[in-house]
Amino acid sequence: MALVLKGLKKHFENSEKATLNEIDLEIESGEFVCIVGASGCGKSTLLNLVAGLEKPTGGQILLDGEEVNGPGADRTVMFQEHGLFPWLNVIENVKFGMKLAGVPKEEQEKKAMHYLEMVHLQDYKDYPIHQISGGMRQRTALARALTMDSKVLLMDEPFSALDKQTSNRLREELQRIWMETKKTILFITHSVEEAVYLGDRVVALSPDTGRIASIISIDIPRPRHVYSPEFVELRHQIMEQVRGEAV
Amino acid sequence: MGMIIFLVILIAAWQGFYWIGVDVLGLWKPYAVPEPAGVAKRFVELCSDGTLFEATFNSLMRGIVGYVIAVIIGIAVGLLINHFKYLQKNLKPVVLGVQTLPSVCWVPFSILWFGLSTNAILFVVIMGSAFSISISVDNAIKNIQPIYTKAALTMGATKKQMYINVIFPASLPELVSGLKQGWSFAWRALMSGEVMTTSIGLGQTLIMGRDLADINQVMLVMVVIVAVGIIIDKCIFSVIEKRILKKRGLA
Ligand SMILES: Nc1ncnc2c1ncn2[C@@H]1O[C@H](COP(=O)(O)OP(=O)(O)OP(=O)(O)O)[C@@H](O)[C@H]1O
Ligand SMILES: [Mg+2]
Repeated sequence: MALVLKGLKKHFENSEKATLNEIDLEIESGEFVCIVGASGCGKSTLLNLVAGLEKPTGGQILLDGEEVNGPGADRTVMFQEHGLFPWLNVIENVKFGMKLAGVPKEEQEKKAMHYLEMVHLQDYKDYPIHQISGGMRQRTALARALTMDSKVLLMDEPFSALDKQTSNRLREELQRIWMETKKTILFITHSVEEAVYLGDRVVALSPDTGRIASIISIDIPRPRHVYSPEFVELRHQIMEQVRGEAV
Repeated sequence: MGMIIFLVILIAAWQGFYWIGVDVLGLWKPYAVPEPAGVAKRFVELCSDGTLFEATFNSLMRGIVGYVIAVIIGIAVGLLINHFKYLQKNLKPVVLGVQTLPSVCWVPFSILWFGLSTNAILFVVIMGSAFSISISVDNAIKNIQPIYTKAALTMGATKKQMYINVIFPASLPELVSGLKQGWSFAWRALMSGEVMTTSIGLGQTLIMGRDLADINQVMLVMVVIVAVGIIIDKCIFSVIEKRILKKRGLA
């Protein structure tokens, strides 16, 4: 097990009830897990706990058996708003984490180019951030996250600020990249369709109790297609289930 | 270009007012009102005997030395205030308060401690600008978008790396504005300091004009002080500011 959440709980000081309650989840190495739930149900909170950006009020987070205590490069986050640095250009942004880790310059260059090619941005490597589109920014952020070789990649609705078409395009690419790289990914989304499309498992959070409502394995082989009958069927079924639990 | 035309109009108007008020109506005494032609004449005289150049050069040097020290102290105090909660809570209000003091208030102390020396002037310059720089440093860091520091934390940034690779570049645009403001405070404080001493400088030349009842010299020095202030602002700070903003697509 790469990542284990045990009885995880988060109760913000100023709120009446706990946002997250008794969250138990085990994520295997190389697994793609999607968390879905209504707005405000605590998805980002869960991710921030795993990232170490927030402290849990109860329970434990174990990464390869070691308790998580504060943020670290083994749990890189890709945010909804890209979080790229506007004072650096595309490739400098991609190299940022490697530079912090003291990776030799040549290797930084090689690896950055490798992942830039993977997200089809090799021709834009010297562009300033403000001169590329929203979709390209998220690709840059994805390339940057991939260079980190984190034990778990955490993604908080990375495509939800984009238009539908770009967002669909990027999730197809993420599927392809995941099939190539087999990274362990914890992916947050409010879209059941996106979760079913990307995940090995879909974890639905309940907004009322702050607990996990259900965990569903998605056995559709990859690459998946959103128009295939089995996908449509399963998506429908899970949507009904999540909706049923939400009320 | 439009600026130059405007200046010409302004000077012509000034000459016109002088002519009507002093020569035609006799409302004002000639020794109390400067005249463009008189200022220009004084300018030529003070240039040819080298006084104006020496005064400007001395003032500029003092201003720069004092300012550089103020920047170092200001940034250090700003970083400390920003980093330690205790100082943020207790020292920052004091710094904010002290920063509102007009720099001339430091003159008595500076004379008692340093005599009528260059150090006394530098002291006034430093006290006049360091704290405004501290406040801008603190604010600049506070205004950094949290996503930058969060992103860096999840890429394993240590405290030191965070300062060098994120906090410094992220706050740079605001920092430069703060430094620019610090310079204008330093330049003003310099004049408060210089008028009290006898070593050659713009402030001292201004006071000499008063002592000689030479209103044109007073006016000339005021113009030079403004001109130097504007030149430094436009040729150094504004250029740097624009370059940074342009690189980030903000201008
Ligand atoms: N720092 C905080 N202090 C207090 N309450 C917070 C804090 N952060 C989040 N919350 C509360 O916790 C709940 C869950 O927030 P969270 O951001 O995790 O939701 P989410 O599922 O990510 O929603 P969305 O889909 O809109 O992003 C919300 O009710 C929110 O008000
Ligand atoms: Mg969220």
